[in-house]
Amino acid sequence: MEKERMKANRPMANPARRMGGAVLPFLVHGVLLALAAIMLAPLFWLVCAAFKSPEDLFHYTFASPHPTLHNWRVLFEKEPVFRYVANSLFVSSALTLLQLLTASLAGFALAKYEFWGKRPLMTVMLATMMIPGQVLLAPTYKLINHMGLIDTYWALLLPGAVSVFGIILFRQSILQVPDDLLDAGRIDGCSEFRIYWEIILPVSRPMVGAFTLIAFMGAWNSFLWPQIVLQSRHLFTLPIALNNMVDLYSQEYGALMAGTLLSILPVAFLFALLQKEFLAGLTSGAVKG
Amino acid sequence: MSMHRETFWALQRKAAPYLFVAPFVIVFCSFMVYPLLNSIWLAFQFTNGPQSSVFVGFDNFLFMLRDPDFWTALKNTAIFTLFSVFLQLPLSLGLALLLNARWVRGRNFFRMAFFSPHLVGQVFVALLFSLIFLPHYGLLNRALHAVFGVGLDTKWLMNANLVMPALVLTSLWMYVGFNMIYFLAALQAVDRNLYEAAMVDGASRWQQFLHVTVPGIKPIAVFVIIMSTIGSFQLFELPFVLLKGPGPDNSALTIVMYLYNTGFSTGDLGYASAIGWVLVLIILTVSLAQAKVTGLWKKNV
Repeated sequence: MEKERMKANRPMANPARRMGGAVLPFLVHGVLLALAAIMLAPLFWLVCAAFKSPEDLFHYTFASPHPTLHNWRVLFEKEPVFRYVANSLFVSSALTLLQLLTASLAGFALAKYEFWGKRPLMTVMLATMMIPGQVLLAPTYKLINHMGLIDTYWALLLPGAVSVFGIILFRQSILQVPDDLLDAGRIDGCSEFRIYWEIILPVSRPMVGAFTLIAFMGAWNSFLWPQIVLQSRHLFTLPIALNNMVDLYSQEYGALMAGTLLSILPVAFLFALLQKEFLAGLTSGAVKG
Repeated sequence: MSMHRETFWALQRKAAPYLFVAPFVIVFCSFMVYPLLNSIWLAFQFTNGPQSSVFVGFDNFLFMLRDPDFWTALKNTAIFTLFSVFLQLPLSLGLALLLNARWVRGRNFFRMAFFSPHLVGQVFVALLFSLIFLPHYGLLNRALHAVFGVGLDTKWLMNANLVMPALVLTSLWMYVGFNMIYFLAALQAVDRNLYEAAMVDGASRWQQFLHVTVPGIKPIAVFVIIMSTIGSFQLFELPFVLLKGPGPDNSALTIVMYLYNTGFSTGDLGYASAIGWVLVLIILTVSLAQAKVTGLWKKNV
């Protein structure tokens, strides 16, 4: 009763607020549009720069009226770009698959089974998550060097094959799967691995989508560790190769921007495919706490 | 036959969790736990490349305390963290609040627009911004000139006083939308009925924000503060590529760059490990302090 009267009274009793109701959204949308323009300007500039001739690059702030493929020709003539792209695709896909497999399996075990050593394992995992990875650089380099794997892809694939963060994400999502579903599978004669493959993985699809992007992005953009262990140019991934090109052709701005644009596209494409799962997966851990 | 079968089924069920965690545990122990323990040992060694090492006690740590470069790196990293966290968070929260209004049109477009820089890796951002910061031709100087009439010749990356603002600005561009996603999720999780109850009690917009919104998003806000602090302390790629090194007067030397230079250019893995552990201690101390100050462990959050 009280509530209804207040609701009914408000617009009449407060004409100023009613006016604000029309002005405020207008203002907010204006602010949002301006901010979006500022955020997107560097990316738009990048796209324009990749298609501008050297003379036009700084002559026109954004797009030039004479778009050209000049930068791309320079880029592909000077450097084995296809090789770098293939390297990056191989390393990032392999790391993503490895991390997906190890994280979903371990996440399943930690969510749905009781086994010896489970508590201490989880404690150690959480403890290592608190520790920044840079402390591992020197000892891992020493280990990889001892194994004779410097300047090979094993140096990237072995230490990168697992993600503690990924296991925690998968464990949280698999905890939501009802036990009855798994028991039904067991009654039907499924082995535990078939339960993982035919029940757990399909129902965790949103998490698989989210983690695929998280893992792929991390691997694709990874720089410090590959910079330390890769020495041969034919093994370089895109971030390493592009950083190298800055020193080699510092005046070829346009070609560098073409390379940068090319390097961003695969992640952007994957994001376009998986954005819904990604944004939900990103925050799920934090919101559920 | 059927006995056999039953023991097989019981066995595979018992063995399953061990087999499922085995790949992870093997890699985790070899490439995380072992190197971690090894790095404690390494931190007390003087090494020349990966092969030779001599025990030197606390010498690495004592040398660090006396090395002006370490203090420069620590100062730069701390300033970067302070500014990027304290500029990012209010802006991220502000954006999330604007987007959370029920009548906002094109929410998905704005969300994507603000988030998209996060998809670009730090190395690629650094390459792009090395041109955006150029004097005369760069987009930033042109925009500042067009809007505020500032001169076009600001040398963002060559002036020791401007390097840090340039780094903070770039990280703002990269992470403001990323943090906004967290705040937006938190805001959408706040129970709408609480706002109605507050309105019935005659609470103003500001009071609603203070007594309903703030407590509702507090856990995520603390999470975002701690995560962005940890991330900021690990700054490396951005200055390393943007300035091709520590920058004028070491103005962009960060702790991780210092670690990289001593460990992998000079070849002293022992000293690099010592720096790594100092970074661990700094990050743990700062995040524990943040958790305590923000009352993360109080029951009523």
